[in-house]
Amino acid sequence: MKFAVIVFPGSNCDSDMFHAISDALQEEVAYVRYDETSLEGFDGVLLPGGFSYGDYLRSGAIARFAPIMDSVQQFAEQGKPVLGVCNGFQILLEVGLLPGAMKRNDGLKFLCRPTNLVVENDQTMFTTGYSKGDIIEIPVAHGEGNYECNEETLASLEENNQIVFRYERAINGSKANIAGITNERGNVLGMMPHPERAVDALLGREDGIKLFQSIVRNWRESHVTTS
Amino acid sequence: MSLLLEPTAERVKSEKLYRAMGLTDEEFGMVETILGRTPNYTETGIFSVMWSEHCSYKNSKVVLKKFPTEGEQVLQGPGEGAGIIDIGDGQAVVFKVESHNHPSAIEPFQGAATGVGGILRDVFSMGARPIALLNSLRFGELESPRVRYLFEEVVAGIAGYGNCMGVPTVGGEIQFDPCYEGNPLVNAMCVGLIDHKDIQKGQAKGIGNTVMYVGASTGRDGIHGATFASEELGEDADEKRPAVQVGDPFMEKLLLEACLELIQNDALVGIQDMGAAGLTSSAAEMASKAGSGMVMDLDLVPQREAGMTPYEMMLSESQERMLIVVEKGREQEIKEIFDRWGLLSAEVGYVTDDKHLRLLHKGEVVANLPVDALAEEAPVYHKPSKVAAYYEKFQKLENKTPEVKNPKDTLLQLLAQPTIASKEWVYDQYDYMVQTNTVVEPGSDAAVVRIRGTRKALAMTTDCNSRYIYLDPEIGGQIAVAEAARNIVCSGAKPLGLTDGLNYGSPEKPEIFWQLEKSTDGMSEACRVLETPVIGGNVSLYNESNGVAIYPTPVIGMVGLVEDVDHITTQSFKQAGDIIYLLGETKPEFGGSELQKMVEGEITGKAPTLDLAEEKKRQEELLAAIKAGLVQSAHDVAEGGLSVALAESMTSGTVGANVTVTGEVTAALFAESQSRFIVTVPAEKSAQFEATVSATKIGEVTDTAVLTIADQQQRVILEATQDEIVTAWKGAIPCLLKSKA
Repeated sequence: MKFAVIVFPGSNCDSDMFHAISDALQEEVAYVRYDETSLEGFDGVLLPGGFSYGDYLRSGAIARFAPIMDSVQQFAEQGKPVLGVCNGFQILLEVGLLPGAMKRNDGLKFLCRPTNLVVENDQTMFTTGYSKGDIIEIPVAHGEGNYECNEETLASLEENNQIVFRYERAINGSKANIAGITNERGNVLGMMPHPERAVDALLGREDGIKLFQSIVRNWRESHVTTS
Repeated sequence: MSLLLEPTAERVKSEKLYRAMGLTDEEFGMVETILGRTPNYTETGIFSVMWSEHCSYKNSKVVLKKFPTEGEQVLQGPGEGAGIIDIGDGQAVVFKVESHNHPSAIEPFQGAATGVGGILRDVFSMGARPIALLNSLRFGELESPRVRYLFEEVVAGIAGYGNCMGVPTVGGEIQFDPCYEGNPLVNAMCVGLIDHKDIQKGQAKGIGNTVMYVGASTGRDGIHGATFASEELGEDADEKRPAVQVGDPFMEKLLLEACLELIQNDALVGIQDMGAAGLTSSAAEMASKAGSGMVMDLDLVPQREAGMTPYEMMLSESQERMLIVVEKGREQEIKEIFDRWGLLSAEVGYVTDDKHLRLLHKGEVVANLPVDALAEEAPVYHKPSKVAAYYEKFQKLENKTPEVKNPKDTLLQLLAQPTIASKEWVYDQYDYMVQTNTVVEPGSDAAVVRIRGTRKALAMTTDCNSRYIYLDPEIGGQIAVAEAARNIVCSGAKPLGLTDGLNYGSPEKPEIFWQLEKSTDGMSEACRVLETPVIGGNVSLYNESNGVAIYPTPVIGMVGLVEDVDHITTQSFKQAGDIIYLLGETKPEFGGSELQKMVEGEITGKAPTLDLAEEKKRQEELLAAIKAGLVQSAHDVAEGGLSVALAESMTSGTVGANVTVTGEVTAALFAESQSRFIVTVPAEKSAQFEATVSATKIGEVTDTAVLTIADQQQRVILEATQDEIVTAWKGAIPCLLKSKA
């Protein structure tokens, strides 16, 4: 399986994502610059964290117009896996691949800490390696991770099992403690916590590795059955 | 427009306008002698910033030259953007600390942010990728609303810049003392990693080569920042706000990536950050170091605002800019790199052989100055020095033990002193994990960052107990270096070298200059004994507000090498049954201690004593034991003494400790005697440990999260649960910050 890590000006978790795939997962991975226009040959797309365009205007608001984003949208429409982490999640919200928006953390401060998440849906292509109800430790590092949506959207997220991860305890004011959601189809996941920071025993956390393994396993299975 | 209003050379002289720029009458006379004429307004400005303490070290050179700066591991000592130390396998570590005190006193968010930005550029202009940031901060007491504002904004500024850059802020230290109330200290340190072959120098070599300006455009911010940094803060400090720069970390992130791409291009000849004194210092220093000269056409400098004068352009400290020299004829290749990153690049001049910096503006020569005079020939002063009266008084005082009625209450109160208390509120705001190499996160003695693709890691720390240095500059200076090394050793690393951030009051005062002299004597001696050369640093004098100086605060930023990630050790107790040892001797030493400050409300008496030979031996023994796999946890005993060190070792996890102390109880629990460590060892390895390390067994790790300390007669003198400890220790700073009404 071959992953693309999209690099926007100001992305800064791109190399962490790259290493999670190449070192921990040992799958193929390449950087794709924001000004490229094709995702030909890639099987999964990763939008990394950071401060694309300096978070100017609003997190993710400028990155959504980057030339590569048309291809990302098409990629998503084809049902292929797209994972956006932190700023990547914010970009997915801005471009409309996921519903809702981000506000500043309710404490109005940047927050970096290991955080416990509850796995709410273990049936997505990103989470089959977990079991529903698992508590996993994945760090957060964000200033604008306070997820907001209207009640109607929240109801439909709940109803369609689109809420994949919740914070075990409230940390940033997120509505319904939402830490990660998918689109209706389930192939686009946005999450504020950083699974790529939890793939290495030396750094003390490994709970994120199953997320990436799930993507690969599900891709392999679908690839075998459809080919 | 303002060009028309600029005073003539005659007026600069007759009205002594140079004084407002920071030049003395004598210095102005020297400039006239060097030039053989009276300098014009722009030239006077250029001399004044280049000869400011911040750029020229004119008052501190005499003490800086005492530092040992050599060692077989040193690839680059002081003089370039940052020092470099070999770590084997063709790799090296680049690091430096820099102060941004005065800007932070006035505009704390931007002051701190641009301090981080500046030190990052110092490191990546050497060709290194920044892998970690640390800081060392000093504030007044948090009871003051102004101090709380400064503290919150400084932390937010550091976070705002470092987080956006994607460089983890992995460590630091903060002390709170009333002497910093009007003049906080903000020292930032950056550590970078480089391959030997990529090491760059800030030199303008090759006659005819092209001088290029890259990065952000030049605006009117930060004009005379270096001069402002070289005077005391007075009542008019707020008027200096325009001298504070404004940072844009997004721009810097692009500049970082572009520069790291640039250094792989062999058309690059030299590169230097436009830091303090901006275009002026980078141009003059690059030419001076290469023995060349430079012509720059200021009309070609990218400008943020219309109508900027040569004076303004040369003295601007706009951020995120670099000056580079490239081979003539290959400018286009370089331009393409910066285009790809969306950054400005402009050919602004060329290298000459006349050792002059010539500036053109609108077709006229507006400055023509000898570069060596600017960069190398600033006057050097050896200010008068006088033993401080307070020191002589303190030396006559007997060691006095502060009164402690209830050891448990005292421990919990000490844990809640902001200097000792958990800094979680602070480091929660720093992204300390980005780059996914941080093995030991903030909160232990030293941070540890692994080197990807190897078994190695780097340990790093900032340290300085300025109270000891105030009480006894020489011993205190030794302690500062020794304590930094202790932290490095506790993490399983061998100390490699250090960078220093020398923060003092006004050198014009003989007692302050004496502090500077004595403390650097002490530091130098400790560096020699502990074999940790000084590879660079920063001097910040005139840290006074309304005539009152800060404690002498030479911040030590030290880096050590972990040879194998298996050696990495943290301070927290690991497993019930492990034996707890105390290394080192406890004496009734309370001068400058946290207990003294808390109980008596002032710092007096003698600093703790230190035997450097003993220190070295103990550090070597401990490191050998760690490398032999005998040690579960190691923690140096510092502020608050043994009881605080024990409590800190059990703030995470589920275990506790049962400890028996000997001798007088208050000293045993709270004295701040030096060269001490708490080490835990698995019971089955204790015999081997005792055979190689001189240590006293004081107890064992237990499976209940309670700290129990008994005296010689086995009477329990202190019992505190982990909950009580953590509540006091973690709750203190958030509680003080919330108390604002």
